[in-house]
Amino acid sequence: MKETLDSTPLVVLDDVNKHFGSLHVLRDINLTISRGEVLVVIGPSGGGKSTLCRAINRLETIDSGTITFDGQPLPKEGRALAQLRSEVGMVFQSFNLFAHKTILENVTLGPIKVRGTGKAQADRRGMELLERVGIGAQAAKYPAQLSGGQQQRVAIARALAMDPKMILFDEPTSALDPEMVQEVLDVMIGLARDGMTMMVVTHEMGFARRAANRVVFMADGQIVEENTPDQFFTNARTDRAKDFLSKILTH
Amino acid sequence: MDDLIKYAPALFDGFMENVKLSLMCGVLSLVLGTILVSMRVSPTPVLRAAGTVYVNVVRNTPLTLVLAFSALGLSDTLGLAFSDKPSSNSFWLVVLGLSIYTAAFVCEALRSGINTVPLGQAEAARAIGLTFLQSLRLIILPQAFRAVIAPLGSVMIAMIKNTTVAIAGGYLAESAFVMKDTFDDTGVSIPIFLGLVLAFMAVTLPVGFLTGWLARRLAVAR
Repeated sequence: MKETLDSTPLVVLDDVNKHFGSLHVLRDINLTISRGEVLVVIGPSGGGKSTLCRAINRLETIDSGTITFDGQPLPKEGRALAQLRSEVGMVFQSFNLFAHKTILENVTLGPIKVRGTGKAQADRRGMELLERVGIGAQAAKYPAQLSGGQQQRVAIARALAMDPKMILFDEPTSALDPEMVQEVLDVMIGLARDGMTMMVVTHEMGFARRAANRVVFMADGQIVEENTPDQFFTNARTDRAKDFLSKILTH
Repeated sequence: MDDLIKYAPALFDGFMENVKLSLMCGVLSLVLGTILVSMRVSPTPVLRAAGTVYVNVVRNTPLTLVLAFSALGLSDTLGLAFSDKPSSNSFWLVVLGLSIYTAAFVCEALRSGINTVPLGQAEAARAIGLTFLQSLRLIILPQAFRAVIAPLGSVMIAMIKNTTVAIAGGYLAESAFVMKDTFDDTGVSIPIFLGLVLAFMAVTLPVGFLTGWLARRLAVAR
């Protein structure tokens, strides 16, 4: 766990509400994420964790409330929204690598098309990032030729290539075979150590304990409990959280 | 058989008109169909509606009427003219009409291709900051095209054969018209008829084989 956090908030959610039809998926969410903070969001499925994560780069719109990123309200649409998204990396449960592009092209597409970086420079930086996540040797392959763990590490490199101010991880290890989970978590722990601001929806308690500054427990669209990882896992305050933890700890 | 040999040069010239029409319409309908499908999947409701109306009107109108409208409506009534030379003018009017018609089918083939691209691809594209048009052009359409190369081949084959109704748009130089004209002199000639069928198959069969081969070769592995 990191000791020093810059105190100016990077993301502020204020009274955020969202419905999917009659389902109230986000209820009065108030949450602040500081620069350099690693926030883990945990909770039962259907509790609104992914929706919360996706609302921050507006892959999901919200019904009411405000979300500000780096001091600015999230743009509604158009170029301003694209610009915001380029500053917020996202890693998906199902990797979502561009299936028709090589591994290296997946990583360099954003810098070249969004940032206007030259191809040679983007390739150089892309290779550096692929080396960093341990996939340098696979640069010329296509996503379908890689294992899930490798694909997810490429997805992290793709997010890093944009030099984001923050990375959102939406259940990054949930679709992986068990033996591939650790290689992805190791990369994420490395990022956390390097001071990247991260919001991670996950059930990996090992990761939460080693890398997170704070754990947010969500259920039924609400933030039920917020605490440090140690406090949360050993000494949860609410029954809802205790009940949830008892279910996942027995595995 | 003598008839075929005697009239072969005229028929061949006519057939080359079919080929020219096909090439022009092939390019134009692919471009127009791509624009249409972009409209149909765009986030702007007005564009979506316009694309839907276009496809449903044009796709459900007989081609002969589209061509007739192109000649009688656009040209004669509204004064649209591509050239002072009547034959050249009607050539381009037929190209216009047949491209407008075929584009509706290209659009729908592409749209079914877009439906094969997982939603996550578009989300990932947006998440790195690509605009709607960039994600469409760089991520969605390239994968959609590859998924529908074979059906697009069928659309192109239909379009090539449809060049034989160019007379409905006032264009009298293509081979089917030349054939009917020839029959007025010779009576119905089976060899001429079969010769023309073979000529079309010589073009359409390779289109089918080529697109089938490309579809297998360029398939996106997931």
